[in-house]
Amino acid sequence: MRLTCTINGEPREVDGLWEGESLLYVLRERLALPGSKNACEQGECGSCSVYLDGVLVCSCLVAAGQAEGREVVTVEGLAPSEDELHPVQTAFVEAGAVQCGFCTPGLIVATHDLLARVPNPTDAEIREALAGNLCRCTGYEKILDAVRLAAAS
Amino acid sequence: MEFLQPPTWREALEARAAHPDALPIWGGTDVMVELNFARKRPPALLDLTRVSELSRWDVEDGGVRIGAGVSYTRVIDELGDRLPGLAMASRTVGSPQIRNRGTIGGNLGSSSPAGDALPPLFATGAFVDVASARGERRVPVEEFVVGPKRNALADDELIAGVWLPLRAGSAQQFAKVGTRNAMVIAVCSFALDVSDGRVGTCIGSAGPTPIRAREAEAFAEGLDSWSEDAGREFGDLVAMAASPIDDVRGTAAYRRHALSVLARRTLKWALCG
Ligand SMILES: Cc1cc2nc3c(=O)[nH]c(=O)nc-3n(C[C@H](O)[C@H](O)[C@H](O)COP(=O)(O)OP(=O)(O)OC[C@H]3O[C@@H](n4cnc5c(N)ncnc54)[C@H](O)[C@@H]3O)c2cc1C
Ligand code: FES
Ligand code: FES
Repeated sequence: MRLTCTINGEPREVDGLWEGESLLYVLRERLALPGSKNACEQGECGSCSVYLDGVLVCSCLVAAGQAEGREVVTVEGLAPSEDELHPVQTAFVEAGAVQCGFCTPGLIVATHDLLARVPNPTDAEIREALAGNLCRCTGYEKILDAVRLAAAS
Repeated sequence: MEFLQPPTWREALEARAAHPDALPIWGGTDVMVELNFARKRPPALLDLTRVSELSRWDVEDGGVRIGAGVSYTRVIDELGDRLPGLAMASRTVGSPQIRNRGTIGGNLGSSSPAGDALPPLFATGAFVDVASARGERRVPVEEFVVGPKRNALADDELIAGVWLPLRAGSAQQFAKVGTRNAMVIAVCSFALDVSDGRVGTCIGSAGPTPIRAREAEAFAEGLDSWSEDAGREFGDLVAMAASPIDDVRGTAAYRRHALSVLARRTLKWALCG
């Protein structure tokens, strides 16, 4: 099967897909975009979060063919340039919200989505928005700090 | 495997008729888990996300008709005022990512005893619109779900949507017990819909299908006002109607007890505002 879609603003075409594979698999294994992580493949951890036509989704739960003709934005597509970080990314670094880093890309995309909808979220809103993103390292306090910092910046 | 992506509803129904083994998919939040873990290998996927009618909802015949492809997030944002019970249940589903993608049609398609959209649909007396190339039929949701993960869809049928009546002055509630606030399968849940002269209930995740507590409904219909005694009686009747089992999420006894508490509380909320 062939997939044609826009990824991080660029038209992409991939051939030879298996019809049952996920968008996450296409991103990581076929398009060399390993930013979206694969940790559970069942929607539980959020580390594969991307935008599909502007909507935050788990890419492990999107069938590749469902992205046909759609716009996908991954964590790789958020920074304005190669040597500049997005303010959400900077906030995670500055707040010390990154330990092993495996959950970080998903949290960055989910935080980006939250702040686009709710520029000044309450703590309850932050917790709710990030409820689908698991972190095994930080205990979440620093992540909350990072989101507050990103909202303030 | 084949990937079928019909652009219109008519073509979707034709594809379904031609490929009765194809697995329909919308949000994929149930289907992709099965595929990723190789629990299912259907000969074809039938992607319904291109059928724009499925993503619509309309106010129709004194009720709201929700297309099978309307997500939980949209029910919460767009229908919270008209359908508070379904919106409350939708808020308890998974995480933002799951609610953005998961649909009411998919919850009906899966017909899981723990499906959170189902109790509000049962309590309200909703109807499922089922269609095939042969025609359409409107099935009461209680007849649609026939067993654990089993429903009344024929091989060539698809879910078009679901219709919920709008009743004047209806007070709706939904409550769910889980081990934490987000991302939990219900240990048990309870939906209530109180309107003039009618009380609808439904127990979730404590039986092979969602269950309406008929005796509790009749009892509550006879009440003039709230009292703690009436609440306890209502709770007992709901607990008796449940048919729970012991499993990893909780014991049958715990589920019965929790349901009596949920029923009492939600009745108080509904009657006292
Ligand atoms: C992490 C996670 C958390 C979850 N949490 C909850 C929760 O809290 N509560 C809950 O109830 N569920 C939960 N679920 C399950 C799931 O999200 C819901 O059942 C959801 O409603 C499925 O909708 P979908 O559009 O993603 O369905 P899909 O996965 O696309 O399909 C589900 C089933 O319905 C069939 N189907 C879909 N559309 C149609 C149609 N139009 N006609 C005929 N058949 C159709 C499919 O063939 C399949 O059998 C969770 C899932 C995940 C991965
Ligand atoms: S890999 Fe997709 S949610 Fe965990
Ligand atoms: S930093 Fe290791 S999982 Fe979050």
